Amino acid sequence: MQPISKNLHRRGESWIEKGLAFCAALFVIVIAIITIFIFARGLPILLKVGVADFLFNTDWRPTSNSFGIGTMLVGSLVVTTASLLWAVPLGIMTAIFMAEVAPPRASRWLGALVELLAGIPSVVYGFVGLVLIVPFIRNYLGGNGLSVLAGAIILGIMILPTIINISRDAIRAVPKEYKEGSLALGATHYQSIRRVILPAARSGIITAVVLGMGRAIGETMAVVMVTGNSPIIPAGVLSPVRTMTSNIVLEMGYAAGDHQAALFATGVVLFVFIVILNLVVNMSLKAGAANGRR
Amino acid sequence: MAGASGKDKLLTGIFWLAGIFIVLILAGIIGYVLFRGASSLSLDFILQPPSRAGRLGGISTTIVGTVYLTLLALLAAVPVGVGSAIYLEEYAHSRSRFAKLVNLTAETLAGIPSIVFGLFGFVFFVIFLGMGWSVLSGGLTMAIMILPTITRTAQEAILAVAGEYRENSLALGASRWQTVRRVILPSALPGIVTGIILSIGRAVGETAAIILTAGSSLGMPVSPMDPARTMSVHLYIMAMEGISTERAFGTACLIVVLIVIINYLANLSLSRLTKAMR
Amino acid sequence: MDNVVSTKQEIKMKSVDLQVFYQDFQALHGIDMDIKANHVTALIGPSGCGKSTFLRTLNRLNELIEGTTIKGQVYLDDQAIYSKEMDVVGLRKRVGMVFQKPSVFPMSVYENVAYGPRIHGIKNRGQLDEIVEKSLRAANLWEEMGGRLHTPAARMSGGQQQRLVIARVLAVDPEVILMDEPASALDPISTSKLEELIAELKRAYTIVIVTHNMQQAARVSDYTGFFLNGQLIEFNRTKELFVNPANQQTEDYITGRFG
Ligand SMILES: Nc1ncnc2c1ncn2[C@@H]1O[C@H](COP(=O)(O)OP(=O)(O)OP(=O)(O)O)[C@@H](O)[C@H]1O
Ligand SMILES: [Mg+2]
Repeated sequence: MQPISKNLHRRGESWIEKGLAFCAALFVIVIAIITIFIFARGLPILLKVGVADFLFNTDWRPTSNSFGIGTMLVGSLVVTTASLLWAVPLGIMTAIFMAEVAPPRASRWLGALVELLAGIPSVVYGFVGLVLIVPFIRNYLGGNGLSVLAGAIILGIMILPTIINISRDAIRAVPKEYKEGSLALGATHYQSIRRVILPAARSGIITAVVLGMGRAIGETMAVVMVTGNSPIIPAGVLSPVRTMTSNIVLEMGYAAGDHQAALFATGVVLFVFIVILNLVVNMSLKAGAANGRR
Repeated sequence: MAGASGKDKLLTGIFWLAGIFIVLILAGIIGYVLFRGASSLSLDFILQPPSRAGRLGGISTTIVGTVYLTLLALLAAVPVGVGSAIYLEEYAHSRSRFAKLVNLTAETLAGIPSIVFGLFGFVFFVIFLGMGWSVLSGGLTMAIMILPTITRTAQEAILAVAGEYRENSLALGASRWQTVRRVILPSALPGIVTGIILSIGRAVGETAAIILTAGSSLGMPVSPMDPARTMSVHLYIMAMEGISTERAFGTACLIVVLIVIINYLANLSLSRLTKAMR
Repeated sequence: MDNVVSTKQEIKMKSVDLQVFYQDFQALHGIDMDIKANHVTALIGPSGCGKSTFLRTLNRLNELIEGTTIKGQVYLDDQAIYSKEMDVVGLRKRVGMVFQKPSVFPMSVYENVAYGPRIHGIKNRGQLDEIVEKSLRAANLWEEMGGRLHTPAARMSGGQQQRLVIARVLAVDPEVILMDEPASALDPISTSKLEELIAELKRAYTIVIVTHNMQQAARVSDYTGFFLNGQLIEFNRTKELFVNPANQQTEDYITGRFG
């Protein structure tokens, strides 16, 4: 076997490759440092309180050393679920519209608008929610308006771009022959979409929903501005609610000692949750690719 | 037959409605903010510093804070991001463990919520490295947050242009680096710029991570070690504490205008890339 | 003319028991071939038989494909090119390559041709101008493009682009030029221009060309190698090989009876 040198440098250029490799290595270094520092600050109290107690105990009284984020965990799950409930169907329908129904020009335009929707900062969404949606709910539905419902509406809008873009790409990636085969059998366009295209794009659409969920759980500013933030288990959609992320941003300003550590522990919970979600998506995507689908 | 086509028409109508609804949401949000905010926008609003916690005056210091912090973030993130994109596409074996690990890390980094970055920036830059609440702490935290975007867009741009150019250049006896610098980077530049522009948008809008790392002081930041308040943090505080709805609208309006411009520029530079590939 | 040169032919490149693997797949099975200086050697054979693979081993371009391994040896003027001491960058300067699809860089005509010399350290503008003109003349492109040196190369026609790519190779002053189906994307007129060019170039360069066009191989080359399934079935003077093939498979292929 001949020794094959991959060495394609001129004199004095080998340090360039090392420098570039270092840049790439920084990604790994950075995520390692993030993990270490968040865990170092949050893990001790998480273990002291006990993971189950920390997660499911609904008693959050940091001043008297009682750290249970159960209420906020439920809050995050409720608001996220409520937002998915309407954003997922609308997002998937829009994706189908763009990939299969709309004329190419309309589809391109809508694509650009969805990009813009994705680019608007969370704080602007929160603000619009606060000045537009909250008063609307207060005036027409009751309560003071700061509610699960307001959070679900704003969060839903915010995750629409994620759901639309990823599902649309998944639908577009379905081989043309599938659809043509179905049409050739006399199926209508919509029958083909429902029976052939959507099943073939399923793993991509699930990915879209999962990533949308990840975004919703992690979102902070928009939620904190419209949900009222009372640390109670919400009794209905008009009741106020406090999420894990809201809890962090509201209390970090003055928390110290164990209280601050407990907020970092909440960060650990979020971090672990998101990383697991990403790894699952990553692996299921690879499994999908291995099945011969792109 | 007639029944089936009637059903098809109905379905087509429903899908159109979905698309139109998305447009209405976007138009509603942007239109409302511009409509209510435009009257607060004036030269004074942009050039005057805030007074009485933002009740009076303009938002000049927060604009400076935003620009300052964004520039610092770009300064740190662009070389590292573009450098790793070059490494991954031009030097590393795509199947090597290292390349896979870096790609996975970049994806994970992109998914982490901003509040977690905020916590990290606080404990690492503000406390551990002793930088305090400062433009520097905020800028470096922001740099980490935009790294994945910059790297991914640069990778895609390089991938899109490099194929034939790379072989041709190497076959002429150019080294890897000469090939990258003289052929690949120039033609991938529009794509790289797109990523940078999108990152600017992200930096302008970020709030949760900035409030925990750069603070919320209304003073004019001069040194990178000074604390600062960005426009989006200002909007948050003004709205949450009910300080001045009118000025909050003005700030929101300015942010939205900036984001629309940024998105337009990003599209423009992306279409350059497609043209360059033709 | 051909006979005069052929009495004392010098061997420019030589492959010895050359084997190439893509992962586990063996694409070349022990190729031995002598490539004569200042002659045109044509490589023919059905699609997938390994012509491009062989060509690309001659300037170590195959290494760019991940998972490639190479056994055996290739010599350039008696120097082993697969050895630790070999400077790959320098090798590629000496052994240039023209690809199937003309791929001009997104720069002006001038900058395309000047690219190689600049890479190799020539900075003097006058010297560069001279090289650019000389190379464009040698590639029969000066007449057409001499007055439009600063237009983007992408605006030229396909045939002009292919000749520009050749000029770009000539500008680094190689000794050997490898061409992989250089005419496959060209119209008949551009093709015949290219063939004339090859005939002129062999006075100064050694040329190896892959082609699917049997008439083209017969017209432009002095030697021809017939590849099949990664093996060199027959290698001979072009006239011999086409008129009087020694191997049955060769005969089947050149007469179009190949199944
Ligand atoms: N990058 C690669 N990875 C794996 N196998 C390859 C690769 N490139 C070529 N091969 C295989 O090696 C064999 C020889 O390929 P090569 O490109 O040398 O053929 P060729 O004679 O030039 O064909 P053509 O006339 O179609 O250009 C083929 O079977 C091909 O499938
Ligand atoms: Mg070939």
